[in-house]
Order: sequence, then C-alpha cells, then structure tokens
Amino acid sequence: MEAKLASLYPEITLFITTCAVMVLGLSPQAALRRLCPGLAIMGLVFAGVLALTTTPGAETPLPMLPMYAKTLVAGVGVLLALLLAGSADRVYEAMIDRGAKFDALRSNTGEFWSFFLFSMTGLMLCAGADDLIWLFLALELVSLPTYVMVAVSTGRNRSKEAAVKYFFLGALGAAVFLYGFVLIYGAAGSTDLATIATVFAQQQAEGGLGPIAIGGIMLSLLGLCFKIAAVPMHFYTPDVYQGASAPVAAMLAFVPKTAGFIAILLILACVRWPDGALPEPIHALVWVLAVLTMTVGNVLALLQRSAKRLLAYSSIAHSGYMLVGVLAGPGLAQAAGADASIATSGFAAVLFYLFVYGISTVGAFAVLACLERTSPDGEPEEADDLDDLRGLWKTHPSMAAVMALSAFGLLGLPPLLGFVGKLPLFTSAISAEEIPLVIILGLNSAIAAFYYLRLVALTLLENPEKLPTRPELKMAPMSGRRTAALLSATGVIVFAFIGGPQIAGFAERGATYIPKRVHTGEAAAPVDTPADAEPVAVRDE
Amino acid sequence: MLALLILLPIVFGLLIALAPSAQAKLIGVVGTFLQLGVFLIIALYQFDWSLGAMQQLKTTYPWLPQFGIELSMGVDSIAMLLLGLTAFLGPILVISSFSAVSTRPKTYYAWLLVLQGAMAGVFCARDAVLFYVFFEFTLVPLYMLISLYGSSNRKAAATKFFLYTFTGSLITLAGVVFLCWWNATQVAQGAYAGAGGWTFSFQALESLAMLSPDAGGMPAFVQTWVFAALIVGFAVKVPLFPFHTWLPLAHTEAPTAGSVVLAGVLLKLGTYGMYRFCLGMTPLGAIELAPVIAVLAIIGIVYAGLVCWVQRDVKKLVAYSSVSHLGFCVLGLFALNSIGLSGSVLYMINHGLSTGALFLLIGMVYERYHTRSMGELGGLAKRMPVWSSFMVFFAMASVGLPGLNGFVSEFMCLLGAFQSGAWTGTGSIAGTVGDLGPWFAAFAALGLIVTAIYILYMVGKVVWGELREPQGHSASSHDDHALPTDLNAREIGVLIPLAVACLFLGLYPTPVLRSLEAPTRAMAVRVESAREHLAVPPVDLATDEAADAPTGEPITLRTTNEGEGE
Repeated sequence: MEAKLASLYPEITLFITTCAVMVLGLSPQAALRRLCPGLAIMGLVFAGVLALTTTPGAETPLPMLPMYAKTLVAGVGVLLALLLAGSADRVYEAMIDRGAKFDALRSNTGEFWSFFLFSMTGLMLCAGADDLIWLFLALELVSLPTYVMVAVSTGRNRSKEAAVKYFFLGALGAAVFLYGFVLIYGAAGSTDLATIATVFAQQQAEGGLGPIAIGGIMLSLLGLCFKIAAVPMHFYTPDVYQGASAPVAAMLAFVPKTAGFIAILLILACVRWPDGALPEPIHALVWVLAVLTMTVGNVLALLQRSAKRLLAYSSIAHSGYMLVGVLAGPGLAQAAGADASIATSGFAAVLFYLFVYGISTVGAFAVLACLERTSPDGEPEEADDLDDLRGLWKTHPSMAAVMALSAFGLLGLPPLLGFVGKLPLFTSAISAEEIPLVIILGLNSAIAAFYYLRLVALTLLENPEKLPTRPELKMAPMSGRRTAALLSATGVIVFAFIGGPQIAGFAERGATYIPKRVHTGEAAAPVDTPADAEPVAVRDE
Repeated sequence: MLALLILLPIVFGLLIALAPSAQAKLIGVVGTFLQLGVFLIIALYQFDWSLGAMQQLKTTYPWLPQFGIELSMGVDSIAMLLLGLTAFLGPILVISSFSAVSTRPKTYYAWLLVLQGAMAGVFCARDAVLFYVFFEFTLVPLYMLISLYGSSNRKAAATKFFLYTFTGSLITLAGVVFLCWWNATQVAQGAYAGAGGWTFSFQALESLAMLSPDAGGMPAFVQTWVFAALIVGFAVKVPLFPFHTWLPLAHTEAPTAGSVVLAGVLLKLGTYGMYRFCLGMTPLGAIELAPVIAVLAIIGIVYAGLVCWVQRDVKKLVAYSSVSHLGFCVLGLFALNSIGLSGSVLYMINHGLSTGALFLLIGMVYERYHTRSMGELGGLAKRMPVWSSFMVFFAMASVGLPGLNGFVSEFMCLLGAFQSGAWTGTGSIAGTVGDLGPWFAAFAALGLIVTAIYILYMVGKVVWGELREPQGHSASSHDDHALPTDLNAREIGVLIPLAVACLFLGLYPTPVLRSLEAPTRAMAVRVESAREHLAVPPVDLATDEAADAPTGEPITLRTTNEGEGE
C-alpha cells in the first residue's frame, strides 16, 4: 500500500497544485491570478522530478512505463503550460484592466488551469495504471477537462460547437473501450493487469485466446482510437482542432494521444506475443488501422486550406506511424539472448516518438497561437488560413523559422529530431518483419512531404499578400507562447544530437517488457513476483 | 580534418546569415577557399594516395548508441576525388554568382555554403545513417536555392525535385535498415562474430556482403530485393532513365550556380551511393540486376540524347545531356570490372567539370540577353569571341573529343561494358544471367553519335552562323549589371581553372587513374568473389555440394580478400 502510494507522489503533487491553482484563480487581485501558469509549471517540474526519482510500483508487464511516461508528460506539459499561459479569460482580464470589477463567477482562470492540471494528472495516472478500472478512470480524467477547455478556449460559438462534438464522440469512444474492458474482465476474471497477463499467457499456452478476450481487446483498441485520433474514430479531429484555440489544440494533439497510446501499450502488453507478433485477428486489426490512419491522415491533409486542420490531419497520420510501432511489439522477434533495444522494440519506439511528436507539433501550433489579428467583434483571432502564413518570413522571421523547423521536424527530415524519432519506428517494424508496412510508412512520409513542404514554402519563400479583408497579423502579447515556440524549435534541432539519444535510452528502459510466465500445473497465480518473470532489459530495482 | 571539411562551410554559412549582407560575398569566398585549402592539406599531406583502397583519416564520435549509429568518417581515394571536385567547384560557384544574384544575397550564399558542407559530408560518411542524413540534407539548401533564385517556374521545379528525391531516398533508407537488421539478427544468432547489436557502419555492412548465405550472409534473392530498394533513391538522384523527369525541370529553373552544383556534385551523390551501397553491400543483387540497370542506363543514354536534339532551350539541352552522360557513368559501374568502375568514377569528375562549365557559360549569356532560346541566339562568335572559344572548348570536352577529359572516361566505361562478360568468364555458364557484354557497349556507343549530333548542332546554332540577338536587347546596351559585351575578367577567371582541369584530365589522366586502380580493383574482386555465393541456398545441409556444383569454375584470385572488406 505504501509502495503504491509512493508511486503516486507525482500525481499527488499535481493534484495539490491543481487545488492551489483553483483557489488562486479566483483571487480578486490580478497579480495573484497571473501566478496560475507559473504555479502550474512549478507543479509540473516538481512532479517530473518526483517521477524520475520514485520507484515505479506497477506490476504490469511494462513495469518501467510509469517512470518514463510521467517524466515525458511533465516535460512536454511545461511546454504546453507556457503555450497556454495568458489564454484564459483574455478578453475579460482586459476589461478588468480597463476598470471593470472582478466577478468570481465570470472568471475562468482558476478553472482553466485546474482543468489543465487535472488532465495532466489523469495522464500520469494513466501511465501508472495497473488495473482496468483505474485505467478507465484515468483516461476519463484526461478527457473530461479537455472538453471544457475546448469550450472556453475562445469566446466564439465555434469552440462550443467543437466542444459538444468532441464530448459526444468522446463519450462514444469511452463507451466502446469500456465495453472492451468489460469483455477483457469477463475473459480473464480480473481487472488487475498483471493477473490478466498471467491468465492470457495461460490461455495462449493452452490453445489461444478465446473469442471474448479477442473481442474485448479489439473493442478496447477501437475505442482508444478516439483518444489517439486514429481511423475509424478520427472524424472529430479537424473540426475540434479548428474550433479550439491553437494552444488548446496543441494540448489535444499531445495529451489524449499520449494517454491513448499508453493504454494501448498496457493492454497489448497483457497479451503474450508469440514469435514477436500479436494473435492473428488483433494483428490484422492493428495493421489495417495503422495503414488506414496513415493514409487517410496524409491524403486528407493535402486538401486542407486551414493550418489547424492540416495539423489535425498530420496528427492523425502520426498516430498511424505510431501504430506501426505498436504492431512491431516489444521486440521479442529478436533471437534469444539479444536484448530488446529501441532499435527492435516498437513499444520503445512509440514512447520515444510521443516525445518527438509532442515537441515538434507544439512548435507548429505555437506559431499559430503567436500570430493573431483583431477581428471585427473585438475578439483576437488566431492565424489559421494557410494564406495567413504566406510570406511570414518577411513579417515575423523568427516565427517563420519555427514553423519551417516544425514542419521539417514532423516530416522527419534528417538531421532534425523527427528523423531520430522515425528511425526506431522503421527499425522496429523491420525487426518485426513487417516489410509491407514499412514500405507503406515510407510512401506515406513521401505524401506528407508534399504538405509539410508547402508549409515551409509558404512561410519562407512566398511574398505576403495584402488584402483589405485580411488585416495584418500581429504578435500575440503573451510571451509564454513565443517562448514555447522558440523552445520547441530549439528542441527539434538540439535534441537530435544532444539529449535525444539519452531520452531514447530512457524510452528503451520505459518499454522494458516482462511477459508473464505460464505456471505449469496450477491455475493462474494472481500476482507474479518479479522473480519468476524474465527480464528483457536489465534494470536495477 | 574531415569534420573541418564539413563544418567550415556550414559555419561560414551561418556567419553569412548573421553578418550584414554587404559582407556575404566576401565571407562566401573565404569559406569556400578555406574548404579548398583544407582539402588540399588533406590531399597533399595526410592522405596516402598509394593506399587508395584503404579508408583513411578515420574519426568516430558517438551519436545514437542504441542503434550503433556513429558520426563516423573516413575516405578512400574515390571519396577523396569526389571531395576534391566538391571543394574545387566551391569558390567557382560563389564567384560566378556575383552578378547573377542581386536580391537577398545573404540567404543565397548562406545556403550555398551549407550545401557545400552537406555534400562534403556525404563523401566523408562511413556510417549508413550519417550518409543518409547528409544525402537528405542536401535537399533543403538546393530546394531553397531553386525556389528563391530560379526562373519563372521555379517553385514547381523545386517541389518536384524535393518530392522525387525524398521519396526515393526513403525507400533506400528502408533497404539500409533491412541490411542492418539482417546483420544484427545474424550476429545475435551467433551466425558469425561481429560487433554485437545494431550497427550502421559501412565496414560491418560490407563484410556482411562477403559472407556466404550459409554463414549468415544474405541469399541472392534477398540481396536482389534489398538492392532494388537501395537503388531507387540513388537512381532518382542520378537520375536513371524512368526516374529522370525531375532533372530537366530543376536544371532549367535553377539559378546558374544551382545548376552547376546540381550537375557537378549532387548527381554524383547518386552514383557514389550506388558504388558504396549497391555494389559494396549487395554484390549479389548487383550481379543479378546489372543487365537490367545497364539496359535502363542505355535507354537513358540514347533517349535523353535524342530529346536533347529537339530542345530549343540551351539550358534544357545541357540538362538532358546530363541524363545521357550519367547513363555512361552507371553503365561503367555495372560493368562490375575494374576498368568500368575506374572509368565511371573518372566520368563523375569529368562530367562535373565540363557540364558545370557549360551551365556557367549558359548562365553568362542569360545574364546578358535574358534568354536561352536557340531561336533568339545565334552567331555569338561575332559578338562574344572569348565566350565562344570557351563554349566550343567545353562542348568538345562534353562530346568526348580525344585529348579532352570526356574522352578518356567515356571510352573506359564502354570498354568496361564491352569486356564485362569476357573478363569474368561467367558469360558462358548456363543459367547465369550474367553481366554485360559487347552488345551493351555497342548500343551505348550509339549514344556517342547522338551526343556529337546534338552538341555540334547547338554549338553550330549558337556560336556560329548568322548573328541573332533577341529583339530590343543588344549585348552592348543591356541594363542591369553593366556587364561588358564579352566576358569580364571575373568570368574568365572562373572558367580558366575548369578549362585547365579538363585539359589536364584529358591529356594526363594517369595519376587519377592510378589512384583509382586499387579501390576499383578491390571492389571488382569483392563482387566477383561474392559471385560464388550466388547459388548457395540459405542455411542448408547440402551447401557443400551446392557451392561448387553450378559454377565449377574456380576463380583463384578472389578467395584471399573474402570477408575482409578492407
């Protein structure tokens, strides 16, 4: 119990910060309200340090996952917090500055920041989940706050519409994976992931998983496709990203996706991977999902005129790439004796790619967040149309450079971070002998080159268009957004050489996979002790 | 030292970006001359030319240990020659652009220098991923150069160039990763001793290529597929016949220096990659598919030559002639014998010099007349005698007039193809889909005739005949840069080193050929000794019989080198 509690220190820290932020946001003094982002960042940093130092308590087949994932969440979370700083209550705060009286009922600052931190807490809980119910609650804790954040992110009706759409489809997704979880429980007789893994291992040794277990896993995957924005649950993505403000859209691109992938890894780790591959029906499902997601995302991104929609489809496509990593599995196809490294372990590749994608995509959204104009109704309007980016080099050179770097980073052009991230996906998929999938991945990257290149060409090479209907874009006054953009661009370059390899090594440890052994003679033991598990990558406990 | 060759131009490129734009030219000149200087120091004092087949000046820094990817560099004499071409062209590129580029000079020179560094990186790399990184990274600077400084249709051209090469090289990357995976798996299974885990080093992959399939090497049919994957990216870059459509567009739209560097060095990244990867790492695939590639090369030679004939745009003509010329280069490579390989490498350098010079000359006329159409230009010998002399000289070099550089290498490529079957003696063995032979040389030689036709036709129209100048433009009264009617001292100064190099390589190619002899012979021997694995079935108890059953023809000189991979 105490060990379990100790493993939750990062979440507890974040929760305390959440409460503090909620109160602080209601303070009538503007100076105190403005402390919210700083406090949130401090909480995230502290939680990240705690996540690095506390021993993970999970006994799932992926025991080191919480440590990596929580640190990742804290790191990218800081970037997101910088990006979100100053977005809440912008119009209202400006009114207060002009002399309006503070009304706690109208202020959203506290709720906004506490919702953000709730979502991050949920994400960390998700990483530490060792039980299906816990996992479900954590997934919902990730998503529920984001529905509200989308709704309040701008003052427009479009945001509210996006939030409603997001909410209903989110509920549908949750229903589907909850149904899947229930079937898994029905097949395994337990909600504990370690027990499920043992039972499944036993069943697989005795002739394969039953239809209920297979159905449960498949339904869970389909439901989680909503979180990761994968086909067939991807339809909401462009509308919601476009309806939300750019900082919130950046958060949607990273937070639910990370939660979804962690959940997928946790569930698939419960299945034994005979010969390094999933049981056939599940394998076929993930294969089809990966191919469709990549292709749909990339092809539809070609047609977009809105930068946010383009990035939304790019987000879908990246989920497809990561599904390739999921399919490559924990890297057991290697001959016995070889350690699973990030070069062969698809799980490690996915975990590392989440980091790479998070860093690169935040940069692109941050540029959109930084550029805005005042629309006729007084609300600031972010750059969204691709024409807004035309000739950015002339007007805002640093933003243009960030956009170009992010686009090249997302494309995976060497020597940027995106390339270092995509390489493990390639190597692990080839190690799993998924040659056709690798070719499809390569062709999809080529399709993607088309629209990322257009982003680069628009920002760097074109001349700005002056239209009377289109007032000039100005830099948003929030310095946090600019900082986030510049940090992300720096990360895209620097992490490719310094730090990135170490993070890849960390992801490799995070994906340490300890399959459950089959106990001969006795029925499935409830909990495996580490002694009878076979370590795949050595790690000091 | 090698790192300096890469980093110097890149650092100077960044300096240009930071310095005021008035200094851009100066910094560019200094940066490229420094690169040339470093190259000369390496070539004269550090590199031992008598051990040309050896990888020298090796340096290695760790990068991504999980994949065994290292920043590992080293050069043999082939890489040195191509590095020399890169460094030699550097100052020429910068100086030749002085009058052509007036808008946004900083961006221009900065990207040009970054490109110089990236190209040097490709030739220095001794790690497949490092190679790939530089290979891909060359796309960005050239993309910027074409789309910012090219002519009217530049954006479409630049995009097409980027997408074609990017797509091709992704497939190459898949092939490389497959090779490395095979290597890692075989080492892990204890098939042979090697560096544990993943490695992308050339050395490991080259020694993998020399293993017999029953000792963990790749069987022939796997190698054939890997070869096919590898060659896609390089074939796009070269460009080989069905993949060539991006090149004429990119060449025509690029600014002069862009065309020069594209023809001069960037296309050679493709042939160099074929040499290193396709021949060095999948020799069985190369043997199996050599005739197919050679046929594509010959189609390219003849077809592109015929297309040249009907061009009315001088620059487009020279662009298509590149496709035709590089066909000879590829043909020489896939002759798989020492003569063909040496000829091919020499051709890479010669083509860089003479075609680069032709693009410079066309650029010079374009700056004066703002047209490249043969319909509007003619008889320039009367107006620009100096220009015309150079034009005739480099056109002859391009045709392959004996005494000039093109002749030697073209002849060697053809000779290599001609002798290809005979030298190995495998042409007679039943069932061996063998190598090239006299027929290949004969068809390729048709290309020589076509080359002579279109180049002489072009020279005849533009240089000789009745004087024709575009309406409203007489060379004396043109507007912007106050260029003289004929070439000025700077332009002559740019062309003279190229002319001297062409003449030198034409009259006395011996030192270069001698330095090429060792590595190309080693490569030919490697490929030949891999040939005996051709019929070995993968992991099979009956391998002992199978190994000597089909060939039965011992080739004695090869066994010594097996598995060493220098």
